[in-house]
Amino acid sequence: MSAKLTSRQVGDVTVIDAAGRITLGEGTSSLRETIRNAVGAGQRKVLLNLGEVNYIDSSGIGELVSAFTTVTNQGGQLKLLHLNKRIQDLLQITKLYTVFEVHDDEAAAVRSF
Amino acid sequence: MANRGSEQQDGATKRVDATYESQLGSVDTAEMEVLEIAQQAGFLEEELHKISIALREAMVNAVVHGNKYSAQKKVRLKAWTDVQGLHIVVADEGNGFDLSGVPDPLADANLLRESGRGILLIQAFVDEFQVRRLYPAGTEVTLVKYRAQG
Repeated sequence: MSAKLTSRQVGDVTVIDAAGRITLGEGTSSLRETIRNAVGAGQRKVLLNLGEVNYIDSSGIGELVSAFTTVTNQGGQLKLLHLNKRIQDLLQITKLYTVFEVHDDEAAAVRSF
Repeated sequence: MANRGSEQQDGATKRVDATYESQLGSVDTAEMEVLEIAQQAGFLEEELHKISIALREAMVNAVVHGNKYSAQKKVRLKAWTDVQGLHIVVADEGNGFDLSGVPDPLADANLLRESGRGILLIQAFVDEFQVRRLYPAGTEVTLVKYRAQG
């Protein structure tokens, strides 16, 4: 039920595949730790794949913002991949679609960095 | 974790009347309880998702911001369905908050804040939302999700 996050490299882009629920507690902690590990390892191009995330609350949305600022503050870029309709709706409601660059195709997303 | 002593069968629908510890686990339990009666009342998947988000945000506010995880303070949840829809009442024992004092999460200056979007999501996902100050202490929020017409 809680979030599962795994990282892989595609060229110089770190793709983080997230699945499950990103809600206050384990879900947000896991995301924060994964992003910090990536940035701490020197990664500056991060693609967060939310295709298998079926639930996200306001704390999860806040954690996405935190991930964005963490990577950006290190001179990097964080982009989002494969948003389902629920997450798209949340980004619309919270006006964060103006903040995040969102992609539907992984190869194109990787090339965009 | 929860005292469900007064949950009861009431005609075709159940009511939830429970008291929870101020822990994050209570949010999950409350979500399951409310979704059960919402599902029983005929709310469909996408509406259940919106109810779930709104309920969780209200419960998190009560546990985290209201009661501040205090073991001495409880969260009271009531939920029931009627012809109008689903009614949810969440009450904490905290110091209360002023709705007008919550920064606008849609203001450009606040877009990159990590928190402060819970009330926004509640308002987006239910049809009625009210906040009431309790005396001597606490905040009570009431959410109503209407049944789909037709």
